[in-house]
Amino acid sequence: MKDFNYHSAKDSKEASKLASSSSAFLAGGMTTIPSMKLGLATYKDLIDIKNIKKLSGIKVSGKSVTIGAATKHVEVSNSKDIKKAIPSLSSLAEGIGDPQVRNRGTIGGSIANNDPSADYPSACIALNATIHTNERKIEAAKFFKGMFETALKKGELIEAIEFQIPEKSSYQKHPNPASRYAIVGVYVAKHKGDVNVAVTGAKSCVYNDKEMSKALSGNFSSSSIDGMDLDSSEMNSDMHASADFRASLVVTQAKKAVDAC
Amino acid sequence: MASLVGSRVERKEDKRFLTGKGRYTADINLANQTYAIFVRSPHARASIKKLNIDKALKSSGVVSILTGKEIADDKIGGLIAGWAIRSEDGTEMKCPGNPPLAKDNVNFVGDPVAVVIAESLAEAKEAAEKVEVDYKVLKAVTSTADAINGDAIHEGIDKNLCFDWLLGDRQKVKEAFDKADKVISIDIINNRLIPNAMEPRACVADYNAASEEITLYTTSQNPHLSRLIMSAFGNVAPEHKLRVVAPDVGGGFGSKINVYNEDIVCSWAAKKINRAIKWVAERSESFLTDIHGRDHVTHAELAVTKDGKFLGFKNETIANLGAYARVFGTVTPTYLFGPCATGVYEIPAAYTNVKAVYTNTAPVDAYRGAGRPEATYTIERLVEKASMELGIDKTELRIKNFPTAFPFKQTLVHTVDSGDYVAGMEKAKQMADYKGFEARRKESEAKGKLRGIGVTSYFEACGIAPSAAVMSLGCGVGLWESAEVRFNPTGQVTVYTGSHSHGQSHQTTFAQIAADELGVPIENIDIVHGDTDKGTFGMGTYGSRSLAVGGIAIVNACKKIVEKGKRVTAKMLEANPEDVEFKDGEFIVSKSNKKKTIGEVAFACYLPGVRDEMKSPLPEGDEPGLKETSFYDPSNFSFPAGTHIAEVEIDPETGHVKLEKYTACDDFGRIINPMVVEGQVHGGLAQGIGQALYENAEYDETGQLMTGSYMDYTMPRADNFPEFNIGYTCTHATTNPLGVKGCGEAGAIAAPPTVMNAVIDALGGQEVTMPATAEKVWKACKNLKKSNAKAA
Ligand SMILES: Cc1cc2nc3c(=O)[nH]c(=O)nc-3n(C[C@H](O)[C@H](O)[C@H](O)COP(=O)(O)OP(=O)(O)OC[C@H]3O[C@@H](n4cnc5c(N)ncnc54)[C@H](O)[C@@H]3O)c2cc1C
Repeated sequence: MKDFNYHSAKDSKEASKLASSSSAFLAGGMTTIPSMKLGLATYKDLIDIKNIKKLSGIKVSGKSVTIGAATKHVEVSNSKDIKKAIPSLSSLAEGIGDPQVRNRGTIGGSIANNDPSADYPSACIALNATIHTNERKIEAAKFFKGMFETALKKGELIEAIEFQIPEKSSYQKHPNPASRYAIVGVYVAKHKGDVNVAVTGAKSCVYNDKEMSKALSGNFSSSSIDGMDLDSSEMNSDMHASADFRASLVVTQAKKAVDAC
Repeated sequence: MASLVGSRVERKEDKRFLTGKGRYTADINLANQTYAIFVRSPHARASIKKLNIDKALKSSGVVSILTGKEIADDKIGGLIAGWAIRSEDGTEMKCPGNPPLAKDNVNFVGDPVAVVIAESLAEAKEAAEKVEVDYKVLKAVTSTADAINGDAIHEGIDKNLCFDWLLGDRQKVKEAFDKADKVISIDIINNRLIPNAMEPRACVADYNAASEEITLYTTSQNPHLSRLIMSAFGNVAPEHKLRVVAPDVGGGFGSKINVYNEDIVCSWAAKKINRAIKWVAERSESFLTDIHGRDHVTHAELAVTKDGKFLGFKNETIANLGAYARVFGTVTPTYLFGPCATGVYEIPAAYTNVKAVYTNTAPVDAYRGAGRPEATYTIERLVEKASMELGIDKTELRIKNFPTAFPFKQTLVHTVDSGDYVAGMEKAKQMADYKGFEARRKESEAKGKLRGIGVTSYFEACGIAPSAAVMSLGCGVGLWESAEVRFNPTGQVTVYTGSHSHGQSHQTTFAQIAADELGVPIENIDIVHGDTDKGTFGMGTYGSRSLAVGGIAIVNACKKIVEKGKRVTAKMLEANPEDVEFKDGEFIVSKSNKKKTIGEVAFACYLPGVRDEMKSPLPEGDEPGLKETSFYDPSNFSFPAGTHIAEVEIDPETGHVKLEKYTACDDFGRIINPMVVEGQVHGGLAQGIGQALYENAEYDETGQLMTGSYMDYTMPRADNFPEFNIGYTCTHATTNPLGVKGCGEAGAIAAPPTVMNAVIDALGGQEVTMPATAEKVWKACKNLKKSNAKAA
């Protein structure tokens, strides 16, 4: 690992001011540190944001769950309030990586990183989340732009993620057996008006499957999507799963999610 | 005194390991040490046009940079294959040179071309990036099945063929097949694995200019053997000027048998720069450069009568050696594979033909089970298929072909001294509730799932091995083992063994044996291993040999102590040595009932004379002191055996295979410590199930390792396994005084075919290759649905 400067920011303003084109925020470090060790990324400055009070904590209201960006996966999975309001969200957190990763990795880091096979982005889409940054509020649907790409601008800091509490929801993941990231993860959420079917792992970026959402909004039963033949032309294909297998898994996991709702 | 052998004595080593007080190679830091980083080839096959170190030399903190040229100039030898195998046509095997630092050609990604030595690790890394190597990239050969048709990657080695070896009689097999009612044939792949010891390889080399001695701390399963190879073939230093220490070693599984490039280079370079050098592999280096295991492509056939008697067996295998032939590289796919490929069955005629090929991949060598997992996979997949095609119950078919009497002269090489395969099968069936399976299958079907059951009966030849036998088969050394038992004057005992413990619990089990033999409390016995400066020569730990060979050497050395003790007691108590008996730590003169404890006798041995009250004269011909050595050369291999049964449930929608039940019923002979044996069985099963369902080392066609990290190489985890159901039958080995057979490899040998037989049973007989990943199984499920629909 190359030498770098370590800064610990006391508030969002300072963190944002320290940011440059050769810096990164340091939240859990679960993505940043390994990529620096492997020489895949080098930064002049790492700006630790874990000491910024505003970024931690979980707030539950009648309509929404708001989670501070620096909240660790383990805190989400253990939170009694979240378990009550959106149980699928805590079980998603419980299924991320391994205990070491869950004890350090944060929700903000996961979303900012937007790994195509990360779990949280699907929750943001399915639960109509609003991403609160130090500058603005961004709807989840406009936040995830592409592979490892988000709407965040340089130096913009995620402060909290606000999830809409659905009537029913479930997240079902077919994990990569080695890394346990999602080969395919499907987050189904039934809101008052409509149903979201957010899919991660299948394509270069998380997306809301319109076809399945429509079918399920009409009839919220797994039979309404059974046997659906999804177009696999844009799906990822690698040594762990071909595009066709992923296409089939999307439907299977969606069905499982509906059944589990 | 109660016998310790057979009881669950708590592990002596656990205090050290559980409190973070283990001392591994990476924990060793020497004064003024430097740090090494190896510059490795990023290409699978290339010639080195130019190597320029000028810029790197100017980098901060650099002490020295050495390349293939210097190592060749100093006449440092290359890495070697330890067994000479002859081809069917009588020609010698062909092995390429394997210099510790490549000079002209590189042959796999990770092949080292230079070492950068610097004051700090960071500086060494920084400088290594500045070493400029100009490669001419050549077309890589990576496919096991196709290597024979690829470009010859080593000069003078036609068709990339190391040897084309035959064991058995083709003519007899042809005659047997001519008489058969049916021939069952199978094409299988034994997938390539990466051993993944928890502790990566490491070494620290030191040079003492005054004594001209090199000390190498290294992660080795066999420090004495490493010293011999480095001295005799590596030309690093004469044996008496080379000390090899393998302290705590965090797992080996065969991957730490070899002397590696880094051991030789660091030892040689330490002397050159006259400073200590430390090197610790990063995990990605382990993936790339530790030896890999398995990697066979096999076509096998079994000739049977219609009522299920086996008549003949054919095995045509291509074995991938990787880029170079290493220590056990050539014997693993031959003598450790061929003889066991006929399994636990009486088969009148058999042959195994192995073509061993070179490819531009990491060297392949012995990995837990070495050859015997591949053999067992071949025969047990074939027998399972035979049971399906003949419509005979899988357990009945096996029993029908088991030997009925012991010793059992196995078709190809071995005479198995003892066993009771029927008893093992019956017990396994009971443990697994084999009878209840159909009901469980129906329950699964009701849930939309597919359930399968798989059986494997195996035997293995371990406790390697009789020197006369292995040397006649081409081994470069004799595989005896040594032990030295030293009594201190005040009664504690130190036992030196030539074997090595890197997870096997020798500190405990060997002390149990010595405690029983000598009647000394186990707390007063220490087991010492892993240092060529302590204890006599030894051959090390692999092939489940430590107990069956090394343990017997301890017994024999203890027996010599007791013999001397009897003579000394007789002299002290003025009796005849023949009248002295030894029991529970006491020498008793049977006629007078006078006695001496072994502690008193030991004390006497160090004070041989008479003074006042003390009367401890030594008998004539005996020297003072109490220390005995034994070099034990076994008369035969040992042959553990058993039956394993697995049950899986498959979700046809996702292809997910869930291992529901796993039963292992093994015959390991006498068991020294049941808790330690359970640990060994669990570990072996985890690796065997890992091979069947998860692990796979994959190269792309350019020779890049696609599974070079834990993000892509699936190591099994605890939640992948059910609670193992473990039991034993016990027939004592007749060829050694303890009656022991060895247990270290059984799980890794039996589990792959057991699990795959269950998966394939669930899939209605459709073949899938290992590992049975979700996608492969999902595809098979779709096919099954189609063919079921057609049938209906
Ligand atoms: C072995 C392993 C297994 C894993 N398995 C899974 C899995 O199964 N599923 C899954 O979803 N993930 C998985 N992960 C990823 C894990 O969830 C990480 O926590 C996540 O990728 C990054 O979070 P972090 O807090 O560690 O971020 P860091 O590594 O600290 O930062 C990552 C990036 O996000 C930016 N960033 C961090 N916080 C903010 C913020 N508040 N505002 C703006 N930018 C920010 C940083 O600048 C940096 O570029 C795994 C990781 C590992 C190492």
